[in-house]
Amino acid sequence: MRIELEGVTHAFADAPVLAGIDFADDVSTLAVIGPSGGGKSTLLRIVGGLIAPTAGTVRVDGAEVPRDGEALARYRASLGFVFQDGGLFHHLTARENIALPLRAVHGLAEDRARRRADELLERFGLAAEADKRPSELSGGQRQRVAIARAVAPRPRMLLLDEPTSALDPEYTTEVLNLLRDLKDGGTRFVAVTHEMGFARHACSKVAFLCNGRLAEYGESAEVFSHPRTPELKRFLGKLLEWRV
Amino acid sequence: MRNPFVAGRDGRATPAQALASYALVCAAVIGFFWLSLAMAGIALNLDFVAQFRTRIADGLLLTLEISVASLVLSCVIGLPVAVGQGSRILPVRYLCDLYVKLIRGTPLLAQIYLFFYIVGTAWGVENRFAAGVIILSVFSGAYIAEIVRGSLSSLDSGQLEAARAVGFTRAQTLRYVVVPQLVSRTLPALTGQFASIVKDSSLLSVIAVIELTQTMQEISASTFNLFGTYLVLAALYLVLTLPIMFVSRWFERRGSYAH
Ligand SMILES: Nc1ncnc2c1ncn2[C@@H]1O[C@H](COP(=O)(O)OP(=O)(O)OP(=O)(O)O)[C@@H](O)[C@H]1O
Ligand SMILES: [Mg+2]
Repeated sequence: MRIELEGVTHAFADAPVLAGIDFADDVSTLAVIGPSGGGKSTLLRIVGGLIAPTAGTVRVDGAEVPRDGEALARYRASLGFVFQDGGLFHHLTARENIALPLRAVHGLAEDRARRRADELLERFGLAAEADKRPSELSGGQRQRVAIARAVAPRPRMLLLDEPTSALDPEYTTEVLNLLRDLKDGGTRFVAVTHEMGFARHACSKVAFLCNGRLAEYGESAEVFSHPRTPELKRFLGKLLEWRV
Repeated sequence: MRNPFVAGRDGRATPAQALASYALVCAAVIGFFWLSLAMAGIALNLDFVAQFRTRIADGLLLTLEISVASLVLSCVIGLPVAVGQGSRILPVRYLCDLYVKLIRGTPLLAQIYLFFYIVGTAWGVENRFAAGVIILSVFSGAYIAEIVRGSLSSLDSGQLEAARAVGFTRAQTLRYVVVPQLVSRTLPALTGQFASIVKDSSLLSVIAVIELTQTMQEISASTFNLFGTYLVLAALYLVLTLPIMFVSRWFERRGSYAH
């Protein structure tokens, strides 16, 4: 999927977060890494049409991201989002979290939506959890339901914002394995992540975002083995400091 | 077998335990009153119930009618006030705020007298039933506004973002996310408020609305059976409020899914 950013700038109430990001490439699996507060989540939300940038344009597959109305809702529906805390609807069961958007947004009939939800829950090892609400699920189960909801309508691309940062190591592996399987099945995604192993081995490209700028971008093997900017060198060095 | 009077480690009681303990507690409360009556040398006489049963039934019915009408009207008042408290138009926000503070900060009894004898007289609200419902609704509306405002502010922005992310339009977000979450969060407290309205309606007896309390006061005045009538009065209010509180609990359990 082709993503093109031209001078994308964003400020929250005068606090600049993104300072003119330019980018153009065909994305299959992309990891966005960088220090906290560097604007990764903001950029992901802009690409996904959840917030409009203060300046600049975003084009996906040649078409500019709509600014409002029906067209924007349709654009968002063509992508699959997973938030840091999953973003599941508290009042719905796991199955309904997946099936409701299929019915209400994608126009599936009741029984087809239900079957699709059950099929995904089964595939992600959640068959026994179908009738539980998010508060009755473990963190790892919640994230898997969130991923199931995101992939259910077969979106063009998944956008994942630190899908594992709220999880224990054990659950982290569980979720990362799931994403690797999806990738092997041809699913495309952009993932903001702090899991460098995942960024390096499961994502073909890596973007390093620092101080609101796209400081480095390239093949992940290349970026990790030969960081060019001092910022990335320092960032990766810090991560190594506490490695076991 | 585990101790019949101690709940499990999870805080739950088995049905048999609950029944046994409830029976014990009720027996203790009834016993205390029985003993008090005996010590005060009062012989309880409930003969008046049969004698005045139509009047008592009428009073009970009027209390119910007033309460239901007030619940509806107080929701009509409370909902817009709750929204108005977050309004960006400042006079609207402060008007709603002042209303809630004035009502919650003064006794219902004072509001009833002030409204009925000043506002009611000036604006020609002669019908005591209508006046009673209006006063009670204005009173209860402030509490409902607070309940609704609480649920509104507990609506989590992450839920709204998730709704946009799955592609819901504004109308769909309202229908599938906002309303269901607000309703299940508001319903328990709203039902509880209904029980309060039922009780508070007893104060309307001071402006001679012939509801349950006024009826019983009249009966007590003619039979001189003060204790009997007030005991029956209390019991009749409980007959109304206990089921409501039960429903409120049920809503609470059914809707408890928030983290
Ligand atoms: N809704 C908002 N309102 C105001 N400021 C915001 C908002 N969201 C983010 N910011 C600010 O924008 C900056 C970038 O935030 P962003 O969430 O994009 O960073 P991030 O790279 O995702 O960081 P992290 O790794 O900690 O998630 C931060 O300084 C943050 O305080
Ligand atoms: Mg972030």
